[in-house]
Amino acid sequence: MKKTGKMIFIGLVLAFLYLPILVLAVYSFTKSTNIGAIRGFSMHNYVTLFSTPELVNMITGTIALALGASALATILGTVGAIGSFYSKKRTATMLNTLNQIPVVNADVVTGFSICILLVVVLGISKDTFIPLVAGHVTLCAPFVFLSVIPKLKQMDSSIYEAALDLGATPFTALTRVVIPQIMPGIVSGFALSVTLSLDDYFVATYTKPATFDTISTYVVNATKGAQTNIKTALWALSTVIFVCVVLLVLIMNIRSHRAERRGS
Amino acid sequence: MENTKNIIELKHITKTYEDGFTAVSDFNLEVKQGEFITFLGPSGCGKTTTLRMIAGFDIPSGGEILLNGKSITELPPNKRPINTVFQRYALFPHMNIFDNIAFGLKQKNTPKSKIVKKVKKALELVDLEGFENRSVSTLSGGQQQRVAIARAVVNEPQILLLDEPLGALDLKMRKEMQLELKAMHRELGITFIYVTHDQEEALTMSDKIVVMSEGKMQQIGTPEDIYNEPINAFVADFIGESNIFNGIVTGKLKARFCGGEFVCVDDMKEGTHITAVVRPEDVQIVAPENGTIRGTVTSVIFKGMHYEITIESGKNEIVAQSVNVAKVGQRVGITVEPDNIHLMITEDHTNFFKVEINKNKELEYNDNVLDVSLTDIIKGSYFDEDGDLVDSNGIEIDTRKIRVTAAIQPRDIRMTDEQEEGLVQGYISNLIYEGDHYSYVIHTDLEHDFVVDDEYLWNMDDQVGLIMPVDKMKFTVKR
Repeated sequence: MKKTGKMIFIGLVLAFLYLPILVLAVYSFTKSTNIGAIRGFSMHNYVTLFSTPELVNMITGTIALALGASALATILGTVGAIGSFYSKKRTATMLNTLNQIPVVNADVVTGFSICILLVVVLGISKDTFIPLVAGHVTLCAPFVFLSVIPKLKQMDSSIYEAALDLGATPFTALTRVVIPQIMPGIVSGFALSVTLSLDDYFVATYTKPATFDTISTYVVNATKGAQTNIKTALWALSTVIFVCVVLLVLIMNIRSHRAERRGS
Repeated sequence: MENTKNIIELKHITKTYEDGFTAVSDFNLEVKQGEFITFLGPSGCGKTTTLRMIAGFDIPSGGEILLNGKSITELPPNKRPINTVFQRYALFPHMNIFDNIAFGLKQKNTPKSKIVKKVKKALELVDLEGFENRSVSTLSGGQQQRVAIARAVVNEPQILLLDEPLGALDLKMRKEMQLELKAMHRELGITFIYVTHDQEEALTMSDKIVVMSEGKMQQIGTPEDIYNEPINAFVADFIGESNIFNGIVTGKLKARFCGGEFVCVDDMKEGTHITAVVRPEDVQIVAPENGTIRGTVTSVIFKGMHYEITIESGKNEIVAQSVNVAKVGQRVGITVEPDNIHLMITEDHTNFFKVEINKNKELEYNDNVLDVSLTDIIKGSYFDEDGDLVDSNGIEIDTRKIRVTAAIQPRDIRMTDEQEEGLVQGYISNLIYEGDHYSYVIHTDLEHDFVVDDEYLWNMDDQVGLIMPVDKMKFTVKR
């Protein structure tokens, strides 16, 4: 009796988590224009999604932004983490603290302040994409830093010295010995950056060029608008994103499971 | 084999960190080509820092390092023909064994065919033939250490530095590796500079030992020299087990220490303050009537090859090693062959004495409570609400398991005729005039000698009390 109670509770929690997206996914395969009555199976939402130039541009733009900004953030975050790791204790503590503030800080503050600094004070046009990319790099780099630092701490710190001792220049020691050791941290930092950038709404609204939209800003505007075929195509987009995320999580779990088994 | 060329010279090397901590001060050393030299000392004595300065990881704050007569003081590590075997191996985990060993050769753009040959030879040297494609994580600690050695020697360095390379291995493996390293040293002819805190390791392997303490070189010499003729109490205590006593020369080839007068072979002026060292294996246990001093056995521990027997005589404790068992509580006599007593002139006359902790957790000497709290002498400790002494991490300290030693300078002790005012009482057993003051030896009722400086003349055999202000005492705690 007690056991069934537990199962029901877990079932309710999971339903609360997954039911909304499932409803959306089911409706994305129908002709319905409103959530309500289901009127026949159709793929037209998916056709619209991948054939409307506006939508396709928005999606590829968002992905390109996410990959580009994440790459930059990964470089900066990794370099920062290595720098902090090999600094004196006081400098390192200061860097770690300074890095934590943007992580905790509200995105809206980050976005707004970057907009003020770059656009209003420095006069850089939003159309150059510089404020947008800078904003996303600012958003992601601290997270890369956070995911690289533990890998550095796990690493035997004397291997850098060992490389120097064997005649490697500091640069070779870094690229051939230290970086390969912390690669898992760098990769997960990059993955985290991509999801953060894809997710972001606040920074993008304040810094994006007027003619450019990320998925988030587009969805917010579109749901307010009246074009029903675009609105329902976004159901399809949500479903696609959800499926991608599920696949990604599955692949990552399987890989780490395998790595664990190989390790033991 | 005659080698007179100095391969490396350290001249007045000093290392002071930014926080003001001096790890090494005025360190001078000359190492000859092909020598096996060991830096020996307790942790924090500066031996690893010295090694790191030779390797180039740390830059000295003063002094000069010469390699073959040329200064390399500020040369970065990758430009020095010196390789290091690290304490925890520091192998590159993402590379296989071949790539690990080849790493140094690749940095020098050695042709591939030559690399393959050299790696193979290095692996043969460390008895790991055929391990090229194994990954680091599949190797045992001992094998990893061998790879680390191969990775260093494959570069044919002029000097090989070894930073406690056997510290992480178990005892049996360590003994094996000691012999192998020694053989390797003979085979390669490279100069080895070895760092360890294990005195037995140092004695087994080295041509020359440098004993270090608190950033300073205490003694340099062959293992035999250092074992048989330690230069001061620190070296005697650190190398092998020792009984160390403060005492005084009482006549020709005679010295009094540990509550008895012993015949010895070191000829020193009467009245000289000395430190006497007696190795436990040289302490002879005899019948009470035949002993120079007498005592009671307080503990007997079986050590495999021998028994370790602790004898209490007055306030002194003597450790002896004997193949014959003794009984706890047994009255015994102790003698030492004159040859086996090593006397050193004490320049530092600091008086050391053991302090008791009573059941109220107060410090006591000669049944007098000292006006100092245990919390003052154990850094960060405090009494919790139950009255237990706890350390800075909140863990209870068992006061029965700690030993407190007090140190006081001769000039800080005052003699008084009002004997009861003194912390301890005794008679003047010796006096020497030292220019502007007299140096007295007071033999106390607790069978302990105190050295006291006083500008006034007292008479021999006067009964006095010793006034020792607690604020002038320095306490050390051993757990």
